[in-house]
Amino acid sequence: MDDTNAIIQYGLNALQLGSFYALIALGYTLVYGVLRLINFAHGDVFMVGAYIAFFVSSFLLSPEGLACGQTTAFVLTLVLTTILTSGVGVTLERVAYRPLRRQGAHRLYVVITALMCGILLENANLALLGASSRTLPDLIHKEVINWGGVTITNLKILIFMAAILVFVLLQTIVMKSRFGMAMRAISWDPFAIPLMGIPVDKIIVFTFVMGSGVAGLGGLLYGMAYVKLENTMGMMMGWKAFIAAVVGGIGDIRGAFLGGLLLGAVEALVPAFLPSSYKDLISFSILIAILCLRPTGIFGVPLTTKI
Amino acid sequence: METTFFKHLSVGTLSALLLTGLTPTAGAAEAPIKFGFPIPITGEIPKVGESTKLAAEMLQEEVNAKGGLLVGGKIYPLEFIYEDNESKPDTAVNVTLKLIDRDKVLVVIGPQSSRQAVPAAGVADDNETPLITPWSTNPEATKDRPWVFRAAFLDPFQAPVITDFAMKQFQAQKAAVLYEISNDYSKGLADNFKEAWEKKNGPDSVIAFESHGPKDADFSSQLTTIIKADPDFLFLPQNYSFAAMIIRQARDLGFKKPFMGSDAWGSAELMKLCGDDCKGQYFSTHYAAAGATGATKEFIDKYNKKYGYVPDDVAALTWDAINIALQAIQDGGRVEPNLAAERKLIRDNIANIKNFKGITGDMRFDDQGDPIKCAVVVKIDDQGEFTFVESVCPK
Repeated sequence: MDDTNAIIQYGLNALQLGSFYALIALGYTLVYGVLRLINFAHGDVFMVGAYIAFFVSSFLLSPEGLACGQTTAFVLTLVLTTILTSGVGVTLERVAYRPLRRQGAHRLYVVITALMCGILLENANLALLGASSRTLPDLIHKEVINWGGVTITNLKILIFMAAILVFVLLQTIVMKSRFGMAMRAISWDPFAIPLMGIPVDKIIVFTFVMGSGVAGLGGLLYGMAYVKLENTMGMMMGWKAFIAAVVGGIGDIRGAFLGGLLLGAVEALVPAFLPSSYKDLISFSILIAILCLRPTGIFGVPLTTKI
Repeated sequence: METTFFKHLSVGTLSALLLTGLTPTAGAAEAPIKFGFPIPITGEIPKVGESTKLAAEMLQEEVNAKGGLLVGGKIYPLEFIYEDNESKPDTAVNVTLKLIDRDKVLVVIGPQSSRQAVPAAGVADDNETPLITPWSTNPEATKDRPWVFRAAFLDPFQAPVITDFAMKQFQAQKAAVLYEISNDYSKGLADNFKEAWEKKNGPDSVIAFESHGPKDADFSSQLTTIIKADPDFLFLPQNYSFAAMIIRQARDLGFKKPFMGSDAWGSAELMKLCGDDCKGQYFSTHYAAAGATGATKEFIDKYNKKYGYVPDDVAALTWDAINIALQAIQDGGRVEPNLAAERKLIRDNIANIKNFKGITGDMRFDDQGDPIKCAVVVKIDDQGEFTFVESVCPK
């Protein structure tokens, strides 16, 4: 492999990793944009999504279950995982966040609650399913495409397409639809908006549905790409995606998407030029430098007009 | 060993009954001998913890079925206490300390991976408690620690075994390594391998020496660097779960050369995570289950019958480690009422074992507490079984 090909290969690697960060960062940014809440349980919702994908796909594919074909199983898993994971996000909102909000608790307490919900999900998984890791069954027939040394799998293309599609979809909903307008309005002034007859709770539930659904999709694709599922997989991904969302400008959909890709690019390209042992050290130094230059992130504005 | 043990036991039981005369319950009333196991039940290598526990439970059942261990005419039941070290170095230190201080165990068996064993063994040494780590291969675990022993061979021995095998099998001259930077085992073995390889093949013959972090799942950048360097094979001194993920990703990136692994690959879980991509690869390990004979086969059959799968090297080494400790206790001829004195006695007896016939091979201990024993190289065949290729013994 010559140098040009290698650079292209590093770039393709970056796209896959970046797509995952972007998918999770979108969930952080959606919720933050509406509620000003950093939903620290989001990384673990992603983990639950991956496990849901595991159970759904195993059931669909196994002879004792429905014994579907691979393509049918993939489409059904995609739909069911997204729906079920949305359910997990909404449940968290109903059980943990809404009661606090009703009592007018400070946002800080809700953030801490979110952090605890994440730990709860991790440990519930450990207690219920045990410590051994799971592997997602093959849902698509993997093909390695090779152009003169540069390789890409059909799965990687799918992941990147999914990330772009989700980004465009969310951006359209938030910026163009009436729902999106209501979301932006709540973030503008959460106290005046109910007086305008906008059903705040419904909008918030809708936000969680979108954010968690995307996390579920991310979990499914992550399982397909990296195979191994474990109960702590959401923690590191969650943190990194949160950093990506902040660097992009938290609350902004474009920021989450670009922040995710940027973090993926930095992480994938640093080992191309420097020893890989410096990977995280250099990656996060670069991100800190970006935040020093633009404390509100790439797309962030220092006002309360986000989303 | 089985038969002499049994003979001793029956004679012992008889004499114990005779001695205690009219109060036959007195023989069973001895305080149990406690063993502590700080093992990875959760975390990144849960299968290792499971194997340890299953092997230990099997041995405990066997001994306790006869009432317990016969020492100096008295029978002591065995009590095993398991603690989860979460596959983390700091937790390993804490639970080892807990076993020593609060549970007052006589001997500590574990931790398994060098990443936890190196720090935890330091704690045992400071507290003057004998510790045997069955699976750790990093020299640091036992170095200058008179209270620490192990049942596995060392990485500086394993590295040349891998080097020689890869040169012969793949006609390789250029090697690449991908290791985990925060893991003492992985990092240590990678360094040992680099040294051994470059001694044979000249400086800079390890053409790519890459690392990754403990929570990474994406290795594509490191692998791209490796593929660009075009080595003859890729050496992965990794735990089975990382090895499986790396091999799959390397194949996706179009890497066609063989892989070579180390003893941490040898888990029943490897094939589950890796699928067909691992078939045909080689790794060095402590024993090969397929084609075993004698006591080793007996152990494998018992384990397989009880738990439904072939024991991995962790289970076999744990079995040996516990038996080393049991032999040392019996060699003492008595159980001192004072725990510190008894621990000292056990330590001296382990150090003095001349030749221990383990199921992973014969061993004796050098002055660092490391066994002198053979390594084997196995191949992952098309059924996903680890088949024996060759055995390499220390000269």
